[in-house]
Amino acid sequence: MAALDTQNYTFTYKGRFGVIALGVGIVGIILTVIGAFSDAHTFFASWLTGFAFWTTLVLGALFFVMLQHATGAVWSVAVRRVPEALSMTLPVLLLCFIPLVLGLHDLFHWTHAEEVASDHLLQWKSPYLNSTFFIIRGVVFFAIWIGLAWMLNRYSLAQDADGNPAHTLSLRKLSAGGIFLFAFSITFAAFDWLMSLEPHWYSTIFGVYVFIGGFLASLAMLVLIFQWMKGKGILTGTVTTEHFHDFGRLMFAFTVFWAYIGGSQYYLIWYANIPEETVWFLTRWENGWKTVSMLLIIGHFIVPFITLIFYRLKRMDIVLKLIAALIVVMHFVDMFWLVMPTFSPEGVHVSWMHFTAVIGIGGLVLGLFWMRYTAHRAVPVLDPKLEDSIAHRV
Amino acid sequence: MKTWAILAQFDTPADLMHAASSTRDAGYRKFDCHSPFPIHGMDDAMGLKRSSVGFIVGVMAVIGATIGFVLQTWVATSAYPLVISGKPLFSWQAFIIITFALFVLFGAFGAVFGMFRLIRLPRWHHPLFYSEQFKVVTDDGFVLVIESDDAKFDENGTKEFLAAIGGKNIELVRGEG
Repeated sequence: MAALDTQNYTFTYKGRFGVIALGVGIVGIILTVIGAFSDAHTFFASWLTGFAFWTTLVLGALFFVMLQHATGAVWSVAVRRVPEALSMTLPVLLLCFIPLVLGLHDLFHWTHAEEVASDHLLQWKSPYLNSTFFIIRGVVFFAIWIGLAWMLNRYSLAQDADGNPAHTLSLRKLSAGGIFLFAFSITFAAFDWLMSLEPHWYSTIFGVYVFIGGFLASLAMLVLIFQWMKGKGILTGTVTTEHFHDFGRLMFAFTVFWAYIGGSQYYLIWYANIPEETVWFLTRWENGWKTVSMLLIIGHFIVPFITLIFYRLKRMDIVLKLIAALIVVMHFVDMFWLVMPTFSPEGVHVSWMHFTAVIGIGGLVLGLFWMRYTAHRAVPVLDPKLEDSIAHRV
Repeated sequence: MKTWAILAQFDTPADLMHAASSTRDAGYRKFDCHSPFPIHGMDDAMGLKRSSVGFIVGVMAVIGATIGFVLQTWVATSAYPLVISGKPLFSWQAFIIITFALFVLFGAFGAVFGMFRLIRLPRWHHPLFYSEQFKVVTDDGFVLVIESDDAKFDENGTKEFLAAIGGKNIELVRGEG
């Protein structure tokens, strides 16, 4: 069990979580890779699902940090170190991008030269949708995100050392510009990695949909991490019910926003009723996929919406934990729903590789997160707003 | 005119907050605090319950959503059954947006008018405005008012109580509330 010095917020004992998570992650990845030899097609699809789940979640954490700096938020100072440390796991996800590059041919049928040759639309799109540019874009996206995460962490940790309030201003400027870069990069990443699975189909709101799902899952993951630490007696006087209430309210807001964006995407396509657009929803409604779609509507929207609307329920640890866990699971279902119908339109097939891939990547992400988090102060100790954040009330 | 309330002034927001919790602990229920700006933690100090505006909003929002959905269903399926772009008469997908809009609209009505009802606005006048001293709350004064309707109210006793908890310029306000 990890232990924290409550005077200066340094970890005196880091616990075994980091090592266990890394171990689980490596075992999960080895198992998934073994699976690749028996069924490469399923392997790549499962890997993409797991990769999309964790990348969007970690990017949600990166966005959370930038959002707090850009708005000059006070409440979140005491909880900022966890999303900061989460965003530092992006290099691992860059490594997890490599199998996707190897599997381009299995995943994206716009890479099949003979199909593109006989398809006018794909030919027209080929200046954008081609393997070289796809890989370059992927690397550029990760370069932007890793660069932002690294600078956000650097200034924040520098403030721990010298307590200079000027760092707060640097972080604000960096975040204001960073959000701009982030919005474009995550939109195009969603287009590239998820939307181009169906290269004839397009939806301009798709990037927002993927981003919001990731941000919501990231808020839920932060709740789970802080609740887990609370159970271990870490930061109990620092991260209070008020902070959990704030998280609950943000989860509520972004649950609604997720439904709003998902609904907007659906209604426009439903209204227009143009076959090349409706086909995407049709595959997600036929042959058993309707169950997954309904599960998303109920589990990703209705249940969290009705629960989180209540003041008292948001302030109950057990309720918040259950809803946060539900949201994280539902984000995985959401990614599954985005990726898999392309590969198995004839029915819902869940492979064991879906689980080993998401657990494998997750083990690496969470293990490295915990090692990174425990290596520094648990809160930004010299941030000028820290005291107000700890004492703040909803 | 009958006595409407007793008013006492305090120097700082902290003093007012202390006074509020003392008044609450002394068993007074019908009292109010006035200050030029919101004071954090005052709700707890006064022992106020959570506002019921949220509940009103919830009920109104559900009513709005129901009206929106039922109205469209009735219009589209029985009053004016027109086939629009080849879709079924009962195309619930098309109804969701207006249902949502009325959900929000009625919720907002509930918030605004529910609040007005709870704080008893609009009204033309209030007995506290008879007090010249009360004007300081728009500038730099912190005022606590105990109303004469309160079960524990007693002119001399309440005056002494307010003096004992540090109230200054204690004043009897007369008028009809």
